[in-house]
Amino acid sequence: MNTEILGVLAIFLFTLVLAWPLGRYIAKTYSGERTWTDPIFGPIERLFFRLSGIDPKQEMTWVEHLKALLTINFVWFLATMFVLMNMAWLPFNPDGNPSMSPDLAFNTSISFVVNCNLQHYSGESGLSYLGQIWLMFLQFVSAATGMATAAVLFNALKTRTPLPLQGPGEGPGVGGNNFYNYFLKSCTRILLPLSILVAILMMFNGSPMTFEGKDTVVGLQGDTVQVSRGPVAAFVAIKHLGTNGGGFFGANSAHPLENPSYLTALLQLFAQLIIPVAMVFAFGFYLRRRKLALMIFGVMTIGFLMLAIPNIVFEMNGNPAISAMGVDQSLGAMEGKEIRFGAAMSAYWSILTTVISTGSVNAMHDSTMPLSGMNQLLGMMVNGFYGGCGVGILNFFIYLIIAVFIAGLMVGRTPEFLGKKVEAREVKIAMITALLSPLLIMGGTAISAWMMVQDPSLPWLNNPGFHGFSEMLYEMTSANANNGSGFEGLGDNNPFWNISTGILLLLGRFVPIIGPIAIGGLLASKKYIPEGAGTLKTDTGTFGVMIFCVIAIITALSYFPALALGPIAEYFSIG
Amino acid sequence: MNNNTKKGLFQPQLIRDALWQSVLKLDPRQMFRNPVMFTVEIGTAIMLVVTILSMRSGADVATLGNPGYNFVIFILLFLTVLFANFAEAFAEARGKAQAESLRKTRKDTPARLLLDGGTTTTVSSSDLRRGDRFVCEAGDIIPTDGEIIEGLATIDESAITGESAPVIREAGGDKSSVTGGTKVLSDRIVASVTVQPGESFLDKMIALVEGASRQKTPNEIALTILLAGFTLVFVIVCITLKPFADYANTPISIAAYVSLFVCLIPTTIGGLLSAIGIAGMDRALRANVITKSGKAVETAGDIDVLLLDKTGTITIGNRRATNFYATEGTHRDDVIRSSVLSSLADETPEGKSIVELASPELVKELSIEGATLIKFTAETRTSGVNLADGTRIRKGAQDTIRQLVERAGNAFPEDIAKEIKYISSNGGTPLAVTVNEKVVGAIELQDIIKPGISERFERLRKMGIKTVMVTGDNPLTAKFIAQKAGVDDFIAEAKPEDKMEYIKKEQQEGRLVAMMGDGTNDAPALAQADVGVAMNSGTQAAKEAGNMVDLDNDPTKLIEVVEIGKQLLMTRGTLTTFSIANDVAKYFAIVPALFMASIPALQHLNIMRLYSPESAILSAVIFNALIIPALIPLALKGVEYKPIGASAMLRRNLFIYGLGGIVVPFLGIKLIDLLVTMFF
Repeated sequence: MNTEILGVLAIFLFTLVLAWPLGRYIAKTYSGERTWTDPIFGPIERLFFRLSGIDPKQEMTWVEHLKALLTINFVWFLATMFVLMNMAWLPFNPDGNPSMSPDLAFNTSISFVVNCNLQHYSGESGLSYLGQIWLMFLQFVSAATGMATAAVLFNALKTRTPLPLQGPGEGPGVGGNNFYNYFLKSCTRILLPLSILVAILMMFNGSPMTFEGKDTVVGLQGDTVQVSRGPVAAFVAIKHLGTNGGGFFGANSAHPLENPSYLTALLQLFAQLIIPVAMVFAFGFYLRRRKLALMIFGVMTIGFLMLAIPNIVFEMNGNPAISAMGVDQSLGAMEGKEIRFGAAMSAYWSILTTVISTGSVNAMHDSTMPLSGMNQLLGMMVNGFYGGCGVGILNFFIYLIIAVFIAGLMVGRTPEFLGKKVEAREVKIAMITALLSPLLIMGGTAISAWMMVQDPSLPWLNNPGFHGFSEMLYEMTSANANNGSGFEGLGDNNPFWNISTGILLLLGRFVPIIGPIAIGGLLASKKYIPEGAGTLKTDTGTFGVMIFCVIAIITALSYFPALALGPIAEYFSIG
Repeated sequence: MNNNTKKGLFQPQLIRDALWQSVLKLDPRQMFRNPVMFTVEIGTAIMLVVTILSMRSGADVATLGNPGYNFVIFILLFLTVLFANFAEAFAEARGKAQAESLRKTRKDTPARLLLDGGTTTTVSSSDLRRGDRFVCEAGDIIPTDGEIIEGLATIDESAITGESAPVIREAGGDKSSVTGGTKVLSDRIVASVTVQPGESFLDKMIALVEGASRQKTPNEIALTILLAGFTLVFVIVCITLKPFADYANTPISIAAYVSLFVCLIPTTIGGLLSAIGIAGMDRALRANVITKSGKAVETAGDIDVLLLDKTGTITIGNRRATNFYATEGTHRDDVIRSSVLSSLADETPEGKSIVELASPELVKELSIEGATLIKFTAETRTSGVNLADGTRIRKGAQDTIRQLVERAGNAFPEDIAKEIKYISSNGGTPLAVTVNEKVVGAIELQDIIKPGISERFERLRKMGIKTVMVTGDNPLTAKFIAQKAGVDDFIAEAKPEDKMEYIKKEQQEGRLVAMMGDGTNDAPALAQADVGVAMNSGTQAAKEAGNMVDLDNDPTKLIEVVEIGKQLLMTRGTLTTFSIANDVAKYFAIVPALFMASIPALQHLNIMRLYSPESAILSAVIFNALIIPALIPLALKGVEYKPIGASAMLRRNLFIYGLGGIVVPFLGIKLIDLLVTMFF
């Protein structure tokens, strides 16, 4: 078999196999069972809680969870605004980089707080090391926020005795159904150990880890080159493990110091996929419904492969327009790709990074084939085939609720999921959450398209026509999906894009978190109905097909016209 | 059964009524209740304005379009709304016709009002008020619903139930209700009026069907939200399409926008949604079940546990006495005499069967002069007589008798205990007979299980419903019959409060319980159950407590009610799936049509090879309109329910309505396009 494909396949399977034990470990961590990390991190956690005066055993209702979540996120946002707008005079700035403009700082703060890492700047010239380290901190806490939210949902779904909507509830979790507890444990027990491991491996493979400023290199021709460096290895580790995606350097994981070799590329592919998949398995271990978790995993994997395989084929086949010019395409469509990664891995990466909300890139998505671009867009539009750290399963949960509702009616029973009836209020919240993405993506793109029509001289688009449309669509989709990758080619560091995508980031992050938590809270407050022969089983292949159809239909119906005018029109034009 | 069912689905008179109603329903205040069709109505209004504007000379053809084409689109959208209204109106008309045919039986009839002095005066039945007493004799039509307070009569209820065999209704028991419109065949009764004019269950049901008091059921509300959500998605799609098209330098006419929108929103299910709900109640009525709310039918589909009385449901009629046994040292005839004497105060059919089993000669010579009768009650589970000479004779369930005997210090004879065990293990019901607290013998009662009943339970089990037999029998007998009939569980030696406790216990564990009952002592349990079906022959209290009334007094009706409930939900679910799946084909018809002219590359998306952009849009709109009336029969009849398990059912419906929903419109739109192009 082609070694390029073999490499991709090997790292994919390797990640899935390791995700299983990690999932078991995550489930144990959230349910408060003993793990081997207790003696190492237990004292640190207790110190944190003592200093902050938080009682991790204090049970919370879903409303209290959300209050805690939104409060700490708001504090981080303010702090980040301060750091980014004052970097110039703050310490750790050996290269003397300037502070950010208010609109760029707004966009960047939100972008890192919401785990998106859309970057309208380049790290080399746009941030001091303090700024980089502060953003690295956000890469930890934003990922932990998502994971803690998933833990809240797991706990809500596990509840069998009806919980009160207001006032302290009695969850079954021995570890304390407390947001701060889940949050801190996500950091200390999961993200931190894995990050240290990945960072060390990155360091040994050539990524810099230093606080010294730019290095000067004299090239073979005798000219002097200034090379930016910094604490890159540590940054890259959490950038992928937390599905953040924000690059230390502007070129992200295509940069030779951020991703020096094929091996580091494999490591980064592993790092970004492992936690989202492990969270799905953790769902099964936590609820003791492994079959359900496997069904969800199966649907996600099929969805992922249906996007990834065509992309690998498109990119390896090369661009017919370039072939027509007589240029050799045996390596695939190599425009915008790094030769050390190759077409197959870059195609695989482009889908992995978009289905999961990482958004790191090792190749230029702008230069991929039109339908590859469409698949990248679809990955972000669905945002639930694995999905981001913790939030992926929350997004999937919304599709699941809609599927449960329609399927429940089709078998002649009031729909129920895990023994709880799904009724009008849950459907309403699920629909609002599901509606938000098309509203933000299509609405945002419509406004930008309208502005382009009003003033075609706007310096936004490098490419007119269908491709330019795709660039705008991609940017809005990436912001809504909290992905952070860019199609690039779009002049996005200006007030319109900074502010509009900032708003999309906020809504696209918090509404899909609030929705599932609210549904979980409502379900937890309902009476548990034991499963009978007439109950629709949700852990079957049949129901998997149902969820897949719901995801496919909702996505197709919402975005078909936009995709037709962007990548599809482009595809038929060059075909 | 009722004669209406034999007629076809579409009767001309009903169609005429429904057509007129569907025009009246265009009133926006009414349309507002159905968000999907309301937006279509708005679209229709917009097209009317556009058509008028485009007819003026000097109109802007680029945005307003061709007036003739606009007019055709306007007409098609108008028809779409009308078809949806027609579906609802037609379902209403059918339900009303069915209810009316039942109500016709109770047109004004003369009633003989019983005055305080004991004399009667003839008034019209519509003047009767609750609490009034009336008299009926052989040949009279019963003027209104009532409860017999005196007497016994055979009554022909065929007008209501379609069953020609007369039934006996009498005061005191659980069969004391009479229904207006039925005919007294023999004897004389005095009955008390139980309903105010215009407030009978039938009246309530007609109001429910007519829509005045029809409330959306919980699942209907949830589904409406889902559909509204989908409608909003397409609002977003259609509004954002305008700047997209501007960016791509493609002018799109208003007609095309409106057509795209109307085709995409789930009009099929939106148009049929209320018809499906009404049809559910109507199907219940066709099964001769009056429902007090649409919610009750829906809940029936969710039932997990079914409580069934053994007698009449699982076994034919009542147990009958089949044998007498005497203890050693007692003559069999003495046992028979004691049995008969103690059963004289037992009005239950079992008690009567004991008297019937004893030879008439024996009965004739018995005298109860000066004796005190001790009536049978469900609580004591014994009946008896204290004779003038002080002899105390009792007969009753063996455990009660055993207590009675042992309390008096007497032993329960071995041989009778053996007989009792033998009777029980053979599915019979043993009764013990005592004279002065000494056991003299036993009576054997036998049950006959209804043919075909175990197949019905099997079907219920496949539907995921647990069946529970409720019986006053001892556990041994109950177990024998339960096994033989194939029920999942039983409550033996049941007292009325046992039913209630069982229901509460199941409900606490989260299950939904249905039961059927007729007696006043069933009323609390009927009210507690999630679905309580009262028999029409039952007491007024039972009928008030339940949320359905079965006119046929058929205890197995619950099974049909459950299926009707399931069909109702399934029809909604499958048509929603169908409606949304349709959009795939509509997109492939309309999107290329919108952009083909300015972006030739997109003609590759025209996979149906539709003739022209205009014909493509027209075909999609026509298909969208026609599919509504085409599915009316399905909406009214309901999707067929098969007890094959939930997953298999989902596979089947996903295949038929999901895959079918994708394929059918591709074929339909292509076919319509071929026809439409003949006019181009």
